[in-house]
Amino acid sequence: MNLLGKLSWSAIPFDQPIVMAATAMMVVGVLSVLGWVTLKGYVPYLWREWLTSVDHKRIGVMYIVLALLMLLRGFSDAIMMRAQQAVAAGGAQGYLPPEHFDQIFSAHGTIMIFFMATPFVIGLMNFVVPLQLGVRDMAFPTLNSVALWLTASGILLTNISLAIGEFAKTGWVAYPPLSELQFSPGVGVDYYLWALQISGVGTLMTGINFVTTILKTRAPGMGYMRMPVFCWTALASNLLMVAAFPVLTATLAMLLLDRYLGFHFFSVDGQGNPMMYVNLFWVWGHPEVYILILPAFGIFSEVISTFSGKPLFGYRSMVAATMVICVLSFLVWLHHFFTMGASADVNGFFGVMTMIIAVPTGVKVFNWLFTMYGGRVRFTVPVLWSLGFMVTFVIGGMTGVLMAVPPADFQLHNSLFLVAHFHNVIIGGVVFGVMAGYTYWFPKAFGFTLDERWGKASFWCWLIGFYLAFMPLYVLGLMGMTRRMQHYDVLSWQPWLLLAAVGVVVILAGIVCTIVQLVVSIRDRAQHRDVTGDPWNGRTLEWATASPPPAWNFAVLPRVAERDTYWNRKQRAHATPDQPQEYVSIETPKNSATGFVNAFFAVVIGFALIWHIWWMVGLGLLGAFVTLLAFAFRDDEEVEIPAEQIAQFERSHQAEVAR
Amino acid sequence: MNIAVAIDDVRKDALPSASEAGPAPKRIVVAYGFWIFLLSDIVMFSALFAAYAVLVRATAGGPTGAELFNQASVAIETACLLASSFTCGLMSLAVGSRRRTTTYVFAAVTFVLGVVFLTLEIREFAGMIAIGATPQRSAFLSAFFTLVGCHGLHVTAGLIWLAVMMAQVEIKGFHPTVERRLLCFALFWHALDIIWVWLFTVVYLMGVRP
Repeated sequence: MNLLGKLSWSAIPFDQPIVMAATAMMVVGVLSVLGWVTLKGYVPYLWREWLTSVDHKRIGVMYIVLALLMLLRGFSDAIMMRAQQAVAAGGAQGYLPPEHFDQIFSAHGTIMIFFMATPFVIGLMNFVVPLQLGVRDMAFPTLNSVALWLTASGILLTNISLAIGEFAKTGWVAYPPLSELQFSPGVGVDYYLWALQISGVGTLMTGINFVTTILKTRAPGMGYMRMPVFCWTALASNLLMVAAFPVLTATLAMLLLDRYLGFHFFSVDGQGNPMMYVNLFWVWGHPEVYILILPAFGIFSEVISTFSGKPLFGYRSMVAATMVICVLSFLVWLHHFFTMGASADVNGFFGVMTMIIAVPTGVKVFNWLFTMYGGRVRFTVPVLWSLGFMVTFVIGGMTGVLMAVPPADFQLHNSLFLVAHFHNVIIGGVVFGVMAGYTYWFPKAFGFTLDERWGKASFWCWLIGFYLAFMPLYVLGLMGMTRRMQHYDVLSWQPWLLLAAVGVVVILAGIVCTIVQLVVSIRDRAQHRDVTGDPWNGRTLEWATASPPPAWNFAVLPRVAERDTYWNRKQRAHATPDQPQEYVSIETPKNSATGFVNAFFAVVIGFALIWHIWWMVGLGLLGAFVTLLAFAFRDDEEVEIPAEQIAQFERSHQAEVAR
Repeated sequence: MNIAVAIDDVRKDALPSASEAGPAPKRIVVAYGFWIFLLSDIVMFSALFAAYAVLVRATAGGPTGAELFNQASVAIETACLLASSFTCGLMSLAVGSRRRTTTYVFAAVTFVLGVVFLTLEIREFAGMIAIGATPQRSAFLSAFFTLVGCHGLHVTAGLIWLAVMMAQVEIKGFHPTVERRLLCFALFWHALDIIWVWLFTVVYLMGVRP
């Protein structure tokens, strides 16, 4: 019996220079960061204040750091694909062999959806939602930390696949029968499956946590119709996580049983049904796109309303539209495969539902426009992202409605038109949204604003780069080019692909601008300092506390009597000066290493399962169980912050504001 | 009824609406969150049910449910599980009145009934595998073993949880944290019953129709 299962030296692709160079870069990067942190003596600080933190603000920041790193990883895949397709025309084969190209597009999709967009959105919600609700933390702080680190485990496993073994060559959806053992005998699909299973459990925990937080812990007086719209969209998004992610877990579990134990859920023999996978996958997959876009809608609502200096137009219709989308998102999944061969009635139903779901989205766009109408709009970076979104997203939405017509979809299915469509809504919607949110809430997290000039440069590069990179793909789709081609014979496609490659370079410039913006802003943080905690003249409760907020968020839980509480309080402040407050001690949840240690064992379990190292699976499971037991038996769960410390913080903050 | 009348007697504006009352007490928050988890778990089962429904006729020439299922054994399993829910309820009452010994007794009865259920289920599985009706035989059997086995795994997890909780009662007593966890356990155990009722109906009753 082999103690290391399927693992051997041949798992490391020494013969592939591109993979080895990328691996070397990653290893050197990780090692140098670890080395720097260790040499500078930051390890105890990081462990105490960040890795074991259960503070929703810290966890939110860590999610976003992960997401930004994965944006770089996923984007380098994108550059490689665009470069390959720009050159591999006619008889040319380009520089990427097919099996490597297949891994790249699979990794690009998987990483961008699961490990970039999802953590970014969850990170922003983590940071903002409890502050906007006027409470001190999430409903389940330790669970929040466990969820973060499970996501990190999935990310780590996916990145390990670059160096050890391979990643899936099946596309990010991993449809059987291709993803069955018979046709994908390598470990690539196993990496995909276990990484998603582990991070999926984390995402489900996040969903449960947010739904409970939003529905059960709001500041006194904050009825549902007084919640900021971002909280509403977060609620809808997390309800979808709770309802959709278990389906993904079950589906991937079935595929795992097929691959590991020879079951016949989706296999071609034993009367399995491959199309059942496709159906189940999109029962999760379509709500997933709304999980991503709804919080982005919330961000735009906050940004537009704040920078127009007006309450959001049509608050109630915005809430209704959000919840209608939340429900309808479960009734459209079949439009991802009209070509399955369902009857015309079935296709017709899903086509009509898909068109209907565009209606509430349209309501939202009009609400944002009417909010700006008559307002004094300040054209800051978050507003630019929002305006770019509105134009781009409407175009992407319209191509979506076009493909909702089943006969049209038969022509466009799996063509680059589709690829252009979903990048149009995901980049134009989600990425622009999280960038707006990142710029908008950065000063709340760190106490200084981001540099405006570099932010604007980044926005324009992204916007122009996006149109250059993806409009040609619509054309190519109509010309008949299918997705995922490693090389092609039709020479008339090449000019458009070259144009798309130029676009991706412009987007690269946008990403570089974002990095420079961060560096410049940290360097000049003294000039960008915001002592008031309210740099944008905000409307909602997160701006009512200091930046960065103390561990307890609010010294006294705010009392809410209307929408846009903080704004209204500021309007009345001239009439009634603040009364001196009586502070009482506050209990905050105690830090816990449970999440981090548990994630370590999750990686061990995942890696061992991928390589069939059964003894290691057992050890990992035992370790995870013992970790949870240790957590269950700990004695003190909270630390008390004395009233004097809170009073002192508040006094010094108010003194700073007064200056 | 009386409560509603009492509320009606009070002036409406004197009572803040429930949604404006501020953060709920921890016990409510924990139980509510656990309900949400249970709902997500039920969604997962619904995916497995759907897969079973799609594949129930896909026997690939192998045995069908009607040929395999032994209703007598399943009836005993059902009786055990439903009875264990009842004893679990009695345990919750004992926890509520802080009677430690009674808690242990009903926990032990619940545990034993759960073990009997699992033993019967494993015997059923072993018997099927012995005659070649393995999950690898057909898509129908894959779906059957996964759906029923997933419920069995939940019961196993519940038994481990119950054992850990009894250790917690012994070591920490009826600490508020322990009480909240016992409340969640009870919810979990009853939810497994609900799923089993569905399983029993869809798999074992509808499954033997010709």
